[in-house]
Amino acid sequence: MTITAERASVIPAVRPTLPAELPAVVERTLPTGLRVLVVERTSVPLVELRLRIPFTGLGAEYAARAELLAETIFTGTARRDRVEIATAVQALGGALSTGVDADRLAIVGSALATNLNPLLAILAEVLTEPTYPDDEFSGERDRIVEDATMALSQPAVIAREALLGRMFPGHPYGSAVAQPAVLAGVSVAAVRDLHGARISPRGAILTLVGDVDPAAALDAVEAALGGWTGGEPEKMPAVPALATGPVIIVDRPGAVQTNIRLGGVALDRTEPGYPAQRLANTIFGGYFSSRLVDNIREDKGYTYSPRSSVDHYLAGSRFSVAADVATDVTGPALLEILYELGRMAVLAPSAGELEAARQYSVGTMALGSATAAGLASTLSGLAGAGIGVEYLRDHPAALTKVTAEEVLAVSGELLAPRRLVTVLVGDAAKITPAVAALNEVSSAG
Amino acid sequence: MTSALPSPAYPLEKVRLDNGLRVVLAPDTTAPVVAVAVHYDVGFRSEPEGRTGFAHLFEHLMFQGSEHVGKAEHPKYVQAAGGIFNGSTHPDHTDYYELLPSGALELALFLEADRMRAPKITRENLDNQIAVVQEEIRVNVMNRPYGGFPWITLPPVAFDTFPNAHNGYGDFSELEAASLQDAEDFFEKFYAPGNAVLTIAGDFTVDEAAKLVERYFGDIAARAVPERRSFAEPVRAQERRSHLVDKLAPRPALAIGYRTPDPDTELAAFLAHYLLTDVLTSGDASRLERRLVQQDRSVIGISSYVGTFGDPFDQRDPLLLTIEARHPAEAPADTILAAIDEELDKVATDGLADGELERVRARVASGLLREADDALGRALSFGAFELHRGRPEMLNELPALLSEVTGEAVAAAAAGLRAQGRSVLELRAGAAS
Repeated sequence: MTITAERASVIPAVRPTLPAELPAVVERTLPTGLRVLVVERTSVPLVELRLRIPFTGLGAEYAARAELLAETIFTGTARRDRVEIATAVQALGGALSTGVDADRLAIVGSALATNLNPLLAILAEVLTEPTYPDDEFSGERDRIVEDATMALSQPAVIAREALLGRMFPGHPYGSAVAQPAVLAGVSVAAVRDLHGARISPRGAILTLVGDVDPAAALDAVEAALGGWTGGEPEKMPAVPALATGPVIIVDRPGAVQTNIRLGGVALDRTEPGYPAQRLANTIFGGYFSSRLVDNIREDKGYTYSPRSSVDHYLAGSRFSVAADVATDVTGPALLEILYELGRMAVLAPSAGELEAARQYSVGTMALGSATAAGLASTLSGLAGAGIGVEYLRDHPAALTKVTAEEVLAVSGELLAPRRLVTVLVGDAAKITPAVAALNEVSSAG
Repeated sequence: MTSALPSPAYPLEKVRLDNGLRVVLAPDTTAPVVAVAVHYDVGFRSEPEGRTGFAHLFEHLMFQGSEHVGKAEHPKYVQAAGGIFNGSTHPDHTDYYELLPSGALELALFLEADRMRAPKITRENLDNQIAVVQEEIRVNVMNRPYGGFPWITLPPVAFDTFPNAHNGYGDFSELEAASLQDAEDFFEKFYAPGNAVLTIAGDFTVDEAAKLVERYFGDIAARAVPERRSFAEPVRAQERRSHLVDKLAPRPALAIGYRTPDPDTELAAFLAHYLLTDVLTSGDASRLERRLVQQDRSVIGISSYVGTFGDPFDQRDPLLLTIEARHPAEAPADTILAAIDEELDKVATDGLADGELERVRARVASGLLREADDALGRALSFGAFELHRGRPEMLNELPALLSEVTGEAVAAAAAGLRAQGRSVLELRAGAAS
């Protein structure tokens, strides 16, 4: 939408905000391979903890074992049972949780800053002396099987699985939810073996942000975790080249909406075209002020929350588009999405669009680092990709130099409809005719 | 035995403009960001019969333009300044907010003042947003398993009167019947400056912000402020049960609603209920996790919380403490209910174990600090505390208030839940495999 000069006169100008100083990262790599990053931030008397452990592995069985390990790692150590671990963490004003994806296992925690040392002691115990008690494991496994069954009934999860399977067939990136039947077959012995082989400080990164003295915190980490040892991580295989082809429709009879998903290749953060790609994504569908939202939400009312994103993984980054639309406008909504993608690919954005996307990207990066928790997650994610804190200074600087021509060039490569794959989850009988008018259609399995 | 809990100590200033607008200023220079929030004292409990969902629809309409701001331009101004924005509709208030680099404070104040003066709503934009809201309801309720469970489906079991019992997302036919006149009336009645709170939190100076607030909001004409209605309903002595069939759900679920004490008149007892939810379901050491997940293995997941959306401090009486579980078909709801009753009875009769209250309080206090580290979280809390209780400083005072809650008070809360007629809603799995 154009903002007229007359209006602009009453709209207050935005005063340039001085960027926050680059966080001072104090770093040490232990002889065992564990890399430790500490930032002192005194805004609240807390400490945030992020531990990333490389966790690559092949096959559905591996993914199921990894999932069960993440869900049961806190169920016992040589010294404490499940309830004693949880009781001890809670008494520190603390929390510890785990998550796993195809790249890494993450332990996320926080505690009152004065309790950093006991928090590290519990963490060390869990990493080096876990027991995975038989009975706790079998109970949790049954529960996770049920949990996965419920997750796989959510249309958003069905759509994500269909898209990932379409983009990365045969690769660990091809699924993000372990299948219930595979989970049910995992033994506790297999999970204990996995812990022994893969819960290793080699390639692992521990990030601490909070009201702590960095030198003392590094010493505390070395004292608590210095004895944690292990082998080298696996290498992630290269992702298969994206094979474009027909639109895949996953039938969900009676669905009142269609989940539209498109996916394609994206650039990593270290590649020269990345800043332009970030702005291209933003202009297309990366924020509320985007073309996608203007068109299919604010103009046509087809959908509530259409969006696009670029997500980074170690073996390759991805671009994706998502919109959940009423069943009877599936064809028209897909047409508009393809139109907006095509427009990105063949026409340069306006100066106003480029400037808005630039300011938004620079500004929201600063917002993301404004809390201790946000800064810890940001630094941990960057470090996992081999990127240092200077990215928080250099990337905004690079964004300020991107031209409209560069956005067009990168869009022609990465956002063009012919470079993307499409999956739809919806009532196939109702949506196929309109979709087939736009593209070749194939039904899923 | 327990050391004092660390508390936030954010400085606060309160101002009231001549038109009645309450202003809360909470400066903090940790990061070069600023949050602006406007809370209006109207939520879906106040919407008229025959217009369910209107408070939420109206929230959408507040983004459709105002005197100096065109349709969909509000988000564009905020985002082009490097900020984020949103709005949300609650039982007793509707909030609008921005988080921006600190140099964009004046812009945010201008934008909020422009729409507080009057939104500009056309028939075309109204129709467009009715369609958008319908898609929001489809994605969050109709097209997914467990959609709206239990925030939409439990209130009609727990309450008898329209304000408390009806669906705040709204009925499709009532949304479609919404007119421009409805919007005008709703704005006129509820969006008066005297019915709102403006909060600024983050990197700014009080003097400068106070001047900007006066400049942009000072000339908005005062209007009558509606009297705050009571939505009181008696606490029932008899249990009430209901069920629904969710044709998309692969496993059954259960929600139990209990009434809490009034947070305004019985704050200490209310806070004991808040801590009780952590005693019951916060982490592997909590009572119901141990009993139902680890021992009986009768649930797939369990949670408990106070307030419709899990925030105990963002609404007024009457409100619910809800326990929610999803469970395998083999574990009947009655078995789970009986186990929950037993665990509540244990808390009521035996009280808490040594150290249990201290660790739960420590975790709750550090969670509050963590939320307050975010300028936007802080602005929303200050605003809600000012709007509902007239005391934004409650954010700073909560850890101290929580440390005054005794184990006996938590036991009494558990006994109180057992003594009343709870509301039970069973979700039956229509897609069980």
